[in-house]
Amino acid sequence: MNTNLVDLVYLISAVFFILGIKGLTKPKTAVRGNMMSAIGMLIAVVITLLDRSIVSYEYIIAGVLVGGIVGGIMATKIQMTSMPQMIAMLNGCGGGASLGLAAASYLLTLGGAGYEGGAMGMIAVSFVMITVLIGSVTLTGSLVAFAKLQELISGQSIGFAGIKFLNGALFIAAIVMLGMLCLDPTNSTLFWGLIAASCILGITIVLPIGGADMPVVIALLNSYSGIAAAAAGFIMGNTVLIVSGSLVGASGLILTQIMCVAMNRSLTNVLFGVMAEGSEAIDADEIYAGKVKSAQPEEIAMILETARRVVIVPGFGMAMAQAQHAVRELCDVMEDKGIEVEFAIHPVAGRMPGHMNVLLAEAEVSYDKLVEMDRINPTFEQTDVAIVIGANDVTNPMAREDKGSPIYGMPILNVDKAQTVVVIKRSLSPGFAGLPNPLFAQDNTLMVYGDGKKAVIDITASLDLA
Amino acid sequence: MEMIVMQLALFVLSLFLGVELITKVPPTLHTPLMSGTNAISGITLVGAVIAAGAGDNASGLVHGLGFIAVVMATVNVIGGYLVTNRMLAMFKRKN
Repeated sequence: MNTNLVDLVYLISAVFFILGIKGLTKPKTAVRGNMMSAIGMLIAVVITLLDRSIVSYEYIIAGVLVGGIVGGIMATKIQMTSMPQMIAMLNGCGGGASLGLAAASYLLTLGGAGYEGGAMGMIAVSFVMITVLIGSVTLTGSLVAFAKLQELISGQSIGFAGIKFLNGALFIAAIVMLGMLCLDPTNSTLFWGLIAASCILGITIVLPIGGADMPVVIALLNSYSGIAAAAAGFIMGNTVLIVSGSLVGASGLILTQIMCVAMNRSLTNVLFGVMAEGSEAIDADEIYAGKVKSAQPEEIAMILETARRVVIVPGFGMAMAQAQHAVRELCDVMEDKGIEVEFAIHPVAGRMPGHMNVLLAEAEVSYDKLVEMDRINPTFEQTDVAIVIGANDVTNPMAREDKGSPIYGMPILNVDKAQTVVVIKRSLSPGFAGLPNPLFAQDNTLMVYGDGKKAVIDITASLDLA
Repeated sequence: MEMIVMQLALFVLSLFLGVELITKVPPTLHTPLMSGTNAISGITLVGAVIAAGAGDNASGLVHGLGFIAVVMATVNVIGGYLVTNRMLAMFKRKN
């Protein structure tokens, strides 16, 4: 088939991808946008299959069948609370596909005529090797992220003191091998060495990253999978791969940046596991001693009855307790009583960007009730009751007030400004930052100890009776 | 060489376009955005089918790697679009 025609069709599908992402800028047009993007994909795949350079179809058909069944089952069966794992798997598949493609193209080229000499040959080889490097890191890094999220391995930081030096050495080794391969592409031992080093690097980069930093890692790997696809596009000289790969790469980078800003940490700090040092050890007992008040669900229901405005602050604990449906019911009962209810969503609440929004959408909470941090913060002073469910560090006033605190400067939800604060939590245990939260000891704070879901159901029941 | 310069230009311009587009996506839709862009990065399928469908002079290893690439890219495409659709349908439901 005429390559110009194929390229024109690729252009059409690239336009569909762009319109698809544009559709995602509004919840109303998002479903249609996703459809358009899928149509673009279909067009690109069909025109490629009609392309004459394809000789045998059996591997393609088998691969599409296996991948389609696996992907279809995963997409329809996965629970919304497990969505971070799903995203991690998809990131990994993106990296793995680029790696497989690059390796196949390398072997194919050397099996045939080989790479041409001179600068052109070196450029062609360098694209293959860059794809291999990024693809491998994305593949194994995502698998480790998946294992952490699925709690197959500990979600906490795993590693040893010198792990950054190991990572640095692996990275340098990979770059050296990459350079040597550009000079001598026929050295296939070196090629497998590069794959091995990059795969290990992916594992050792993600292992030391703790649970609270997961949103950054997921977003970053998302970006890598896109960049790997774009690099693969350079190998194949395929325009649609380049365009869509860079769109995805840009998307992941922006999300990564949003997550880092929301935690007041730089990307290097997250990747190298650096936590700011506190000026002095903070004694939890000193903060909490005698000042923490607890309450029963019935008492909370009585307070809610007289409230006019309530803000609910969900965190990862809500996902853990699968409490999103119970929270929605509480929200419904309050609204029946004429109470204005909104949800305050911190950008890093949960394990990935937008995690809380998806859970609450699943529980049929309307998206216009989900308010971002910057917009909801000024309203806490006019809020009668703030209910914190399974969130901790993102509400810690030390981030605002205590200059010596390791989390100082992190933007938080100003929950403490509300008239009454209700915190539903199992115990006074610290969050991921390992810090006590002075919010719990405030005069206007009431702690409800217990399982998040049960506590919310009890409050709803008492409020309904009142 | 001109080809590569053109492709590089395409890459850089698409990055800027991506940044412009993505900054307009509201935080509420960040998770569907990630799964949706993952589906798009399944476009590797286009390259993978060429590798997997290479002629008989290709070794078994090439076919094997091509096959793996096709499987993983298809998981991204099918899984990505389906799960994005599932999530987005939830956002639409009440409005």
